[in-house]
Parts: sequence; C-alpha cells; structure tokens
Amino acid sequence: MTQPVIDLVPAWTLVLGVGVFLYVLLDGFDLGVGILYGFAADRDSRNLVMNSIAPIWDGNETWLVLGGLALMAAFPLAFAIIIPAVYFPILVMLLALIFRGVAFEFRYRDAEHRTFWDHAFNYGSIIGAFAQGVVLGAFIQGFQTEGRHFAGGSFDCFTPFSLLTGVALVFGYSLLGAGWLILKTQGTLQDWARALGRRALIGVLVGIALVSLWTPFAKPQIAERWFSWPDIVIFAPVPIVTVLIAYWEWRSLNNRSEAAPFIGAVLLFVMSYLGIAISLFPLIVPYKFTLWDAASSPSTQAFFLVGTVFLLPIILMYTGWSYWVFRGKVRGDLGYH
Amino acid sequence: MSLDPLVLSRIQFAWVIGWHFLLPAFTVGLASFIAVLEGLNLFTGREIYLRISSFWIKIFAVSFGMGVVSGIVMPFQIGTNWSRYSDAAADVVGPLLAYEGLVAFFLEAAFLGVLLFGRKLVPPWAHFVAALMVAFGTLFSTFWILSTNSWMQTPAGYAIVDGRFVPKDWLQIIFSPSFPYRLAHVVDAVYITTGFVVVGVAASYLRQRRFVEEARTMLSMTLWLLTVLVPLQFLLGDAHGLNTLEHQPAKLAAIEAIWNTHSDVELNLFAIPDEKAETDRYAIAIPELGSLILTHDLHGTVHGLKDWPANERPSPIIVPFFGFRIMVGIAVIMLAMVVTSLWLRWRGELFHTDWFLWCCTLASPLGFVAVLAGWATTEVGRQPWTVYGLLRTADSVSPSLTGFDVAVSLAGYCVVYLVMFPAGLALMIRIIRLGPAEESTEPEPIESGRPAQPVQALPSTETGQRR
Repeated sequence: MTQPVIDLVPAWTLVLGVGVFLYVLLDGFDLGVGILYGFAADRDSRNLVMNSIAPIWDGNETWLVLGGLALMAAFPLAFAIIIPAVYFPILVMLLALIFRGVAFEFRYRDAEHRTFWDHAFNYGSIIGAFAQGVVLGAFIQGFQTEGRHFAGGSFDCFTPFSLLTGVALVFGYSLLGAGWLILKTQGTLQDWARALGRRALIGVLVGIALVSLWTPFAKPQIAERWFSWPDIVIFAPVPIVTVLIAYWEWRSLNNRSEAAPFIGAVLLFVMSYLGIAISLFPLIVPYKFTLWDAASSPSTQAFFLVGTVFLLPIILMYTGWSYWVFRGKVRGDLGYH
Repeated sequence: MSLDPLVLSRIQFAWVIGWHFLLPAFTVGLASFIAVLEGLNLFTGREIYLRISSFWIKIFAVSFGMGVVSGIVMPFQIGTNWSRYSDAAADVVGPLLAYEGLVAFFLEAAFLGVLLFGRKLVPPWAHFVAALMVAFGTLFSTFWILSTNSWMQTPAGYAIVDGRFVPKDWLQIIFSPSFPYRLAHVVDAVYITTGFVVVGVAASYLRQRRFVEEARTMLSMTLWLLTVLVPLQFLLGDAHGLNTLEHQPAKLAAIEAIWNTHSDVELNLFAIPDEKAETDRYAIAIPELGSLILTHDLHGTVHGLKDWPANERPSPIIVPFFGFRIMVGIAVIMLAMVVTSLWLRWRGELFHTDWFLWCCTLASPLGFVAVLAGWATTEVGRQPWTVYGLLRTADSVSPSLTGFDVAVSLAGYCVVYLVMFPAGLALMIRIIRLGPAEESTEPEPIESGRPAQPVQALPSTETGQRR
C-alpha cells in the first residue's frame, strides 16, 4: 500500500467535527423533547409530544455510533484515552438511551405498564443528556494520562465543573426540544413549549456564562487563546454574536415566530461549539495530544475516507428526505397514539 | 474474593455481545427470507407470499429495533473496557468496524423505512428492491463484523510499529485466512437459525389449525431450504475446522481436549477436562475417529495442549470443549429433523404428523443455542489473546479500571438487559399469537408514511389499549 502524500487529518477533523455536531443537534432536540415530556399536562399532549419525534429519533441516535467508530478509526489515541476516562458517564448514558429508545414502542404496546415507560422515556432523556454534559465537562477539563493511556480513576470525571456542564446541557437540549415543539405543534401545546423554552433559555445562558468565565480562569491555555493580542480582536465577535442571538431567541420565544426559536437554539449551539473548538484546537485530548498526535496511520484514514465520502452524502440526503416526509405540524392521527 | 477488572470485563463483554448477537442471528436470515417472499409475490402474483411477508416484517421490525439499541453499546465497550486493545489495533480494525456502522446506518436510513412503512407508498417492485437491499445490507454488515473478528483470530496484512498494529495490505486484512470459512459458516448458521424459527412458528399454527395455508407454505419452503443448508453446514464446519487446525492449533486442541501430541487421535464424545492435572476425566472416546475428522487421515497427528505453556492455552477449556459439543449435537438433531421431514413429505404426511410438528416447535430456539455455543467456542478458543498470538487479553483491558468499576457497570447491564430482552421477546410472541391473517383485515391507520422507524407498531385488535 503506498502512503498517500496529502495530510488527511484536516479532512477527518472536519468530518468528525460536523458529525459530532450533527449528533448533538439532532439527538439533542429529541432528547430535549423527552426532557420536556415530563412536564406535559395530559396523555393527549404526551402523545403529540412523543409523536413529534417518533419517526426520526433512531436515525438521530445512529450518529452516536458513527461518531464513536469514526473517532476510533481516525483518532484512535483519543478514543483509547477519552472513552475509558468517562467510563461511568458513558455507561449511564447507554443504559438511559436503551430505556428511552425502547419506551417508544413498549409504551404503546404495553398498556399495563404505560406509566413505567413514560418515566423511562422522560428520565432516560434527562439522564442521557446529563451524562453527555458530564462527558463534555470532563473533556474540557482534560485527562490524566501516562504514555498513551488514561491514568486517572473512573470517578475523576465527576467534578463541580462537569456536573455544571451536565446540568447546562440538560437545559440546552430542553431549549432545542422546546424550539422543535414550537415548530411542530400549535395552540396551547405550543404556548406551553414557549413557556418551557423561556425557562430553558435562562438556564442555558447561565450555563454558557459560567462555563465561559470558569474555563479561562481554570485553564491558562484557554485564557491565552482568547485574551492575547491579536486573538482578542479576532475572537471577540464570538461572545458578542452569542449575546445578540440570545436576545433574538428570547424575543422569538415571546412573539409568535414559529421557526425562529428552533433556529435561535441551533445558533446558540453553533456558537457554543465554536467557542469550545476555539478554546481547544488543535487538541483532541485536551492539553496532552493534538489531532495530529492522535491520528491513525494515513493508510487507515485514507481507506475509511473513501467509503465515507461516498456514503455520507447519501445518508445526509436520506435523512433530509425523511424529515421532509414528516414536515409540518405533528398530527394526532399519525404515529403512536 | 477480590474483583478482577480483567475477568469482569470479559464477562461484561460476553454478556452484552451475547445478547446482541441473538438479534442479528435472527434478523440477517429473516431479511433474506422476507426478500425471497417479496420476490415470489412480485413474480408469481400470489397474494399468500405477501401475507406471510407482512407478518414477518412486523417481527423483523421489533427485533431490528432491539438490535439497534443493544448495538449502540458495542463500540463503546471496546473503548471503555478495552482501551489498550483500541490503541494497539484501531488502525487496522477501526475502519472495518466503522464500515460496518456506515453500512448499517445507510441501510437503516435508506431502505428499512420503505420496507416497514412503504408498501402503500411505493410500487411493488420498489418494495421488493427495498427488501432486497435490506437483506444485502444485513449481509454486508455481517461481512465487515466477521472480517474484524477473523482478523483478530488469524491476523494478516499488518506490521507492528512501536507496539501498535499498522495496516500494510487492506485486502489481506479484510480477507484474513479464517475469514472466508467463518463467513460461510456463520451466514449458513444464521440462515438455519431463522429457518428453524419459521418452521417452529408454522408448525404451531398447523397444530392449532390456524392460518393453515400460510403455515403450510412457510413450513414447506423453509424445510426445503433447510434440507440444503443443514447438510451444507457439516461441510462448511469441517472446512472451518481444517482451517482452525492450520492457523489456531491450540484452539483445536482445546475444542477436542487433547493434551498430548499424538497420532491416531481418539474422539472424545464426553469428558471433564482437568486443567490442573492436564488430563481428561470420565472420557468416553472413539479410537481413530478424532484423527479422521480433524485431519481427514486415520493416523493423522494432532497437537496437544501441552505443546503450549499453560499461559498460552485457552481457558477455561471447558467452554470450547462443551460449546463445540453442544453446537455439533444440535446440528445432528437438526439433520435428523431434516431427514425426517423428507421421509414425511414423501409419504405425504408432513402437515399432519403432530409429533413431528411438536418437535418443530420445540426445535425453534435450537439455532440460537447453537450459534451462542459456536460463538463461545471460537471466542474462548482464541484466548488468552485478543489478537491471536500477538496481543494478550490481559494487555488489552483499560489500565484505569478497578474491579469495583466493572462490577458496577456489569450489574447495570445485567439489570437493564434482563428487563429489555424478555420484554422484547414477549412483544414478538404477542405478534406471533395474533398471526399473519391480521394484516389483510387491518386498514393500517398507523404505519403509513413513517420511514426510519424500525420499532414498528403492531396493528393489533387492542385498539382500546392504545390511548
């Protein structure tokens, strides 16, 4: 096998970055819908809330598998350090996602235990979202390593900071979920989603503010990245634009906009994601290994890239198509009811 | 008793993949069966194939959904518990696994929705194509996952640089020496597994005099298929065994519980292998037959376990030894059933012989037992290595884990799986009780236009329970 001369790391960084973000966005809003599900007033609203994501949730979740496997294939060192370091959050997330996933079907068929499956769906979503937030927090804080291995303990990932990011992500997903529900519902249910959306937005903004203040204080590298000259000028638009989006989001939650709350929530996620990327690039195992340190062999990256370039656009097209099929307001007569 | 993270991680991996494996073992064959039924309906125009197909699609939907949720667990297992394996081998196995994920994802996004919900939305030929693509998709998935497994059993096409495997030749990696044999053996096994489930369900209907026309068609066509596949499995298994003798002689010695290298090897029908004393107790053996089967020569020489130091022998040896005997024992039962079916068919009594139909119902889970036994044989037989002869299992486990950590996670997986899998099984049994005729009378208010939703709603008569 001849070694490719071009550096494929940027390509893989892009694919993985976009893939992870798509997962966060897509499963984010349907986990958020599951979180808000617990606040729904009656069974009819619960049915509608669940039906708004029933046809698409599992496609969203498959990005998680692809993200994990792509990380393993393209940046194995990062996979081998990060995944064992967040042993318990991953365990809790997987178990929560299993409960939540089968609840769609079992709630509908297993009428005797419907309340149990309602709780499974709701708490599964909350716990799954929280666990992902803990993973994010632990990732930003960095890991204790020795050679090419994680050298800390399995409970190191639970810190005040990672618990904060866990809670913040629950609010974040709730905001996405509220935006989705505003898009997909009408009348009193939509008003209900707007009210929850406002509360979620407050939680999100507090979370973003705390994380933005905490990280530069705790990590000099991050402070250096944001506050050194001329970077401070280059990156200054990020917080400014975030504040503007937050204001716009608050307004659209209060007026009659149908799509704006969802778009605003997505944009807030884009800005937060961008913020984290700016803070950490080019590190994939924060403060230890760069993307290039962690990359698999060029032959491995090339071999996997060929299929990805071919299949990923098709997957995206079909995903788009299935969203198109279920466009418009969710109806009471389609899906589980 | 101290908790060993290595032992517990092995148990945990076996637990989550063992449960997961049951689902593809069923859905790979079922997808092909559905594709055949859809094709028969399209080309003969006989509506009965459609009714049978629609019935099995409902069961396929539930099992595929269970396969998805239990499958999400798998890639993370490799990271959480086997990080040193991940670091060492990911350059080689990473893309193979990722291709499996991509193919499964592609299949789910593209064709499963049409298969499950699109009968009324697309022309019949398009529905057939969707069924065919789902069947091919499951087979491609099988291809990649077995390619990964085979490379770990018989590694090829790699170089070792700084203690890590790096790819040298992708064709050699994908088609490692044991791969063609394993692929053929496993695909035949999962087809047979599905076949016996279909036969069992059809036989139950015939005994209950329900859905007689559908049941006869299912029973007849599936038994014909099994008449080919079951004898074929003996040939494929034999070829796979010769391959193991050549590439993994220690595994073969463990399977047969042979301790001393010698010629004219006897065949142990039963024994209690004693690892400490390095001997077999209570052995019941047939002289010469071992050599004949293993080497195709009455006087052939087979290596015994004592040729390897104790820390390079598969352990616990009773797993491959008994796993293999359970698998072969079930294969013999299956062969006897297939032969009996031919005899009954010749006498024209296939559909009326209650004792045989009872046997068919009882035999329906046998394929799963055989598949699990075979899997345990080959995986424990690979021990103490994750990458055979090169990377020890003990050197593959995540260094950061304590026994307590893994005990907690194992307990979590045990509880959740013991809720999920029985619940899913109960759901499928419910669908089977309702039977295939439901489909034609039900106006399908629920399903139409719901692609990408593999866990499908049962158009049941319990309308009152839906709200």
